[in-house]
Amino acid sequence: MAETANPGTPPAGPQTTGHEWDGIAEYNNPLPRWWLYGLYATIVWAMGYWVLYPAWPLVSGYTGGLLGYSQRAAVLGEVEAVRRERDLRGRAQLASATVAEIRADPALLRLALATGKAAFGDNCAACHGTAATGRIGYPNLQDDDWLWGGTPEEIERTIRYGARSGHGEAHVGDMPAFGRDGVLKRDEIEAAATYVLSLSGKPGIPGASAEKGAEIFAGNCAACHGETATGNPEMGAPNLTDAIWLYGSSPEQVVTTITNGRKGVMPAWEGRLDTATIKSLAVYVHGLGGGK
Amino acid sequence: MAATPSSKYMTEGEAGLGIVLLVGALVCALASARAVDTPFSVHMAVFALAAVAGIGALLKRYEGRPAEAPPQEIDGKPNYNLGPIKVAAVAAMGWGIAGFLVGCIIAFQLWAPSLNLGLEYTTFGRLRPLHTSAVIFAFGGNVLIGTSLYVVQRTCRTRLAGDLAPWFVVLGYNLFIVIAGTGYLMGVTQSKEYAEPEWYADLWLTIVWVAYLLVFLATLWKRKEPHIFVANWFYLGFIVTIAMLHIVNNLALPVTVFGSKSYPIFAGVQDALIQWWYGHNAVGFFLTAGFLAIMYYFVPKRAERPIYSYRLSIIHFWALIFMYIWAGPHHLHYTALPDWAQTLGMTFSIMLWMPSWGGMINGLMTLSGAWDKLRTDPILRFMVVSLAFYGMATFEGPMMSIKAVNSLSHYTDWTIGHVHSGALGWVAYISFGALYCLVPWLWNRREVYSLKLVEWHFWVSTLGIVLYISSMWVAGIMQGLMWRAYNSLGFLEYSFVETVEAMQPYYLVRALGGVLFLIGGLIMAYNLAMTIAGKTAADSEPRPAGGTLPGPAGLAPAE
Repeated sequence: MAETANPGTPPAGPQTTGHEWDGIAEYNNPLPRWWLYGLYATIVWAMGYWVLYPAWPLVSGYTGGLLGYSQRAAVLGEVEAVRRERDLRGRAQLASATVAEIRADPALLRLALATGKAAFGDNCAACHGTAATGRIGYPNLQDDDWLWGGTPEEIERTIRYGARSGHGEAHVGDMPAFGRDGVLKRDEIEAAATYVLSLSGKPGIPGASAEKGAEIFAGNCAACHGETATGNPEMGAPNLTDAIWLYGSSPEQVVTTITNGRKGVMPAWEGRLDTATIKSLAVYVHGLGGGK
Repeated sequence: MAATPSSKYMTEGEAGLGIVLLVGALVCALASARAVDTPFSVHMAVFALAAVAGIGALLKRYEGRPAEAPPQEIDGKPNYNLGPIKVAAVAAMGWGIAGFLVGCIIAFQLWAPSLNLGLEYTTFGRLRPLHTSAVIFAFGGNVLIGTSLYVVQRTCRTRLAGDLAPWFVVLGYNLFIVIAGTGYLMGVTQSKEYAEPEWYADLWLTIVWVAYLLVFLATLWKRKEPHIFVANWFYLGFIVTIAMLHIVNNLALPVTVFGSKSYPIFAGVQDALIQWWYGHNAVGFFLTAGFLAIMYYFVPKRAERPIYSYRLSIIHFWALIFMYIWAGPHHLHYTALPDWAQTLGMTFSIMLWMPSWGGMINGLMTLSGAWDKLRTDPILRFMVVSLAFYGMATFEGPMMSIKAVNSLSHYTDWTIGHVHSGALGWVAYISFGALYCLVPWLWNRREVYSLKLVEWHFWVSTLGIVLYISSMWVAGIMQGLMWRAYNSLGFLEYSFVETVEAMQPYYLVRALGGVLFLIGGLIMAYNLAMTIAGKTAADSEPRPAGGTLPGPAGLAPAE
């Protein structure tokens, strides 16, 4: 075994324990001082902690510690402090005031916006996105295009009861599946799609006639979307003349929409969120930029 | 059997095990037929087939073996039993690759959840326990069983106790792994972290583990050395404590003996405390004590230096054993667990710091006088770096157990980073070092196929670890800070979804780190396979250090 001089280690021989296992010997170096004092220090620290804080179980109960600390009391205190702060700023009024009243009172508005922002992140962002910009099938809440109306009261109603949510007060109004249900043939659907796209200056499907599409639109679509195709918030029928497309604006996507219909669901939040939170959400969403 | 001499008889063990296997096969086949759920039926069929395969292997072995039992000694040297160890070494390699691969898959799933392919079998919830069990119990477990059966023989200078028992331990343990892993994929779990397998798999593991304990103890019992080597204390501490933890945490009542589902006998916070008493001590006794045992044999052996301090090894062993068992409650800070239990968990974790570092000091200081070997020997470098990671993780762990720190770190990916600095840096690296030593010894080769490939493995996987843990530290601390950011009205600044969005780039970095670690594992598997095949690479140089090669003496065919 090659021995190399090393000042930190005594040479092998008398200092080993004298045993050898499969060629492995053991020095009998003392415990490093810093290690031993480190061990003692942590033990002393632990004992000090036991004196100050709840630590050892007894027959009934436990040693409470000199500081009288209780995790439960500490967290209840923090929750209570936040509750007092919110009460001070009129949390109780959030539930009783109308949305218009909330918007008129700067202090209440601030509380409502803070409540709404937090509630939006926890409940709405999963579909509408953390920035409320939506995505295919989930409306952008930052713009001024509203399926079910964009006044604070209308937004509150939509949040409370949802759309096609199964709640008795929910918005209803389905886009029929014109193709799947055999109401329109493929070429008629393509013509209608071409007409609808032409309303916002978009190219349609080659070979399909926008004029024919206009006739089909008047006969099948205008009842909900309106003669001028500007939509109807009563039925949740979108404006088809703007540049905003919930289900996409490519000819294929529009044909798919007409063929299979659309029934986007927004859940009803009544019963899941309290009134103050729902109103706060309405104020917050309205204030994102597109409120009417 | 005309070739069989008339004097050849089945041993009692062979006949007894054969009967047990036969009965087991029948019982399992019956249970498979009467099963109330598909996974249970499949698993009982697997058990039955395994028992039949076991009977076949017994008969084949009987046919091929000489009439007499293998001698305990040949020419005055112990006739070491290496067959089961070879199986464990190869199994460790295979399971390691599988476990690293599944880890990479779920890391990418966290970055892009659609990578779960929309199949129930490949969802994160099922693959995650597959990953943890594959790396901890399949890879780590086979390394522990393999090295322990090797080390206990050589440091006791005696052949492994038992004839069939060591085979039963190794093969039975790997059967448990198969049952556990396939169970996760089929949705069988008792939802206890690191103890997911259901009651029947737990019972089987209990049988295997008791056999393991008996083999180990009996080998110690017939040792030719007057004293028990330090590595064997650690192995024994690991085996005994894991038996206790496994049995208590898995106390459960099956809904029916013909079905996979069971319910724990503990409920609520008691169940949580039992679970984390188990969970933390799985870290303490499986991933720490067991691998320290590996360190205590393979580091001095490879460095060809005496262990630094016998005294330190005694003190830190007992301190570690005594302190660790208390530390579990730190997994339940700020929960329904009573304050006093949280305090004990935290303070014992702090006191655990120096006992943990005792192992690191003893390992690193053993290198005294041999530090130059780090430059030339990548295998020793693996082991030394593993000790550095061990020291880092065992400092970070006590720190994270402090309630104030834990309130930031708990439930965040900081914990994942911490765990992986221990798992990749310590457990895997000491295992790699041990396997690179063990495989040439077992197959009687002078050295691994290529030390250059070991160098590649070392640097590729080290880069992987650095990417992994640094991305998880940054992501985890960011996540914790985002979670606790409040405005003046007591509302959270960030929604949960926003914190998830913020983590995404770090998840990608982590996954790439994992891929590098996997590539390193593949390099190792190739290198070890070539070693077993007896090849020598052109670039392989003889080890420059003076001294004898630590090849096993007096090898004789053991099977």
